[in-house]
Amino acid sequence: MSTTDTSVETPPPPPADGAPSRGWRPGSVEVLAAVLVLVVLFQVPISRAMSAPALQTWMTVFIAVVTQAMPFLVFGVVLSAVIAVFVPPSFFAKVLPSKPVLAVPVASAGGVVLPGCECASVPVAGALIRRGVTPAAALAFLLAAPALNPIVLTATAVAFPNNPEMVVARFLASLVVATVMGWLWLRLGRTDWMRPPARPSFEGEGRAAAFWGSVRHDTIHAGGYLVIGAMAAATLKAVVPAGWLQAVADNPVLSVIGLALLAVLLSICSEADAFVAASLSQFSLTSRLVFLVVGPMVDLKLFAMQAGTFGRSFAVRFAPATFGVAILVSVVVGVILF
Amino acid sequence: MVLLLVGGAILRASVTDLYLRYVKEGLRPFLIVAGLLLVAAAVTTLWYELRPRKVVPASGGAVPDGFVEAAEHADEHDGHGHSHDPKVAWLLVLPVFALLLVAPPALGSYAAGRSGTAIQEVSEFPPLPAGDPVRISVIDYATRAVYDDGKSLGDRKIKLSGFVLIGEDGAPYLARMVLSCCAADARPIKIGLAGAVPAGLAADSWLEVTGTYTDRTVKDVVNDGVIPYLDVTESHPIPAPHNQYEE
Repeated sequence: MSTTDTSVETPPPPPADGAPSRGWRPGSVEVLAAVLVLVVLFQVPISRAMSAPALQTWMTVFIAVVTQAMPFLVFGVVLSAVIAVFVPPSFFAKVLPSKPVLAVPVASAGGVVLPGCECASVPVAGALIRRGVTPAAALAFLLAAPALNPIVLTATAVAFPNNPEMVVARFLASLVVATVMGWLWLRLGRTDWMRPPARPSFEGEGRAAAFWGSVRHDTIHAGGYLVIGAMAAATLKAVVPAGWLQAVADNPVLSVIGLALLAVLLSICSEADAFVAASLSQFSLTSRLVFLVVGPMVDLKLFAMQAGTFGRSFAVRFAPATFGVAILVSVVVGVILF
Repeated sequence: MVLLLVGGAILRASVTDLYLRYVKEGLRPFLIVAGLLLVAAAVTTLWYELRPRKVVPASGGAVPDGFVEAAEHADEHDGHGHSHDPKVAWLLVLPVFALLLVAPPALGSYAAGRSGTAIQEVSEFPPLPAGDPVRISVIDYATRAVYDDGKSLGDRKIKLSGFVLIGEDGAPYLARMVLSCCAADARPIKIGLAGAVPAGLAADSWLEVTGTYTDRTVKDVVNDGVIPYLDVTESHPIPAPHNQYEE
């Protein structure tokens, strides 16, 4: 986590066009060129150093998480740019109930229509807030979209052929958690916790320029944090022995907490987590439900992305609260349904 | 700049077979579209930057209450039209370098040895396809052997391919990683080798084995999962296949 902490806050940028008298400073292109030359020169020693099996596994998982998430991230970013540039704010005023208390559950249920994983929902939620949607409703959407969409529910059904109630349980628990978190934010949330989605103003530059500017800005921000999350997930997969899980599975309370933490650490895409949950067959159904509800709402990669999009003081409050509510609701749903 | 690199790397990995080491085959069209979009975003940014710009007064626009004051700080990195990428963006260079310069191999025996075998219970077993020997996937064999008690396997000759995994006891296993999404969720399927097993098998080398069902099983030390055995009659080394994962 310390890597996340140090890099979450973007340091205050140097005055962009101030102090030309300071002389030449290397820009991004120069630095990049230098690094490229160095890496190409030392490619053979670098490859050799990277050939230890643990390190190779680490790198394979790291690349896999980034590669898998990138299309969803890009589509989320494009969708959010479309919302930001082409959908007028009045559209959301019409679709969502004007009372925030009602807008929250409607937005949660609206998560059904975004067929992506959690990487897509962060930029989209940012764009919704910028478009004047109540933050509580946008946050409910942020939590609901990755878990409730048809692709994820189908994957869950395929992964649990003998327990179809898992799909129902996942749907219900995720919907309730998203709505409760939206209401909590309405009641307790303070706007100064949330740094607004920081972005330059593209007004007056034409729609095409605004669109591409938005895509570029969101990809670079969310993408950078995605890399941090991917590194953490790869470390867990390549370094922590799977045998530890067995010890945890035998205790009902520990197994719920253990799988909740595992969901946070693994940061698997919500479209794949059901298969991983299914393979954790030594755990109880309830603890696996916790895994499926927590994972798409709170994980390392999401935390880093939320901190990058909404600010760190938001993420340090929102993520733990979601974590607690998600565990509680899933256990209750699990006890009722299983 | 960073976008161009990321887009280029994704395109390069997806037009070659490189992407198969990390994600499923079905993701390819999405990867290509995403790569093209990233390159397009980079190119348009360059184009807008090289164009002479008119000065635009920043305006709050449609922001809800409480966001107006903060919006003044929002003009952080690229509000002046130069491509000052924020520092976190440079992290995106890491996967690009890892992908283009190191290109780590698909997960093999190291990852497989660390996780328990992951067969899932199935209740319906269609009859085996025709062929003698019949080629089936490692996961298909393991599932039929464990959950169908080998009934649908009978005494047919089975042909399997996978990589060699040396167990903690030094015994060789045939293994294959199963993906549902990407290598981060890869789970191993392991099969024990009985009968005519060649000596001196090296971990991670690929092997094609022919044999028949045997009811011998062993418990995976990692997760207590059941590992079925195959009574091997014939085996020979093969090159690693085009797609090293099973679905």
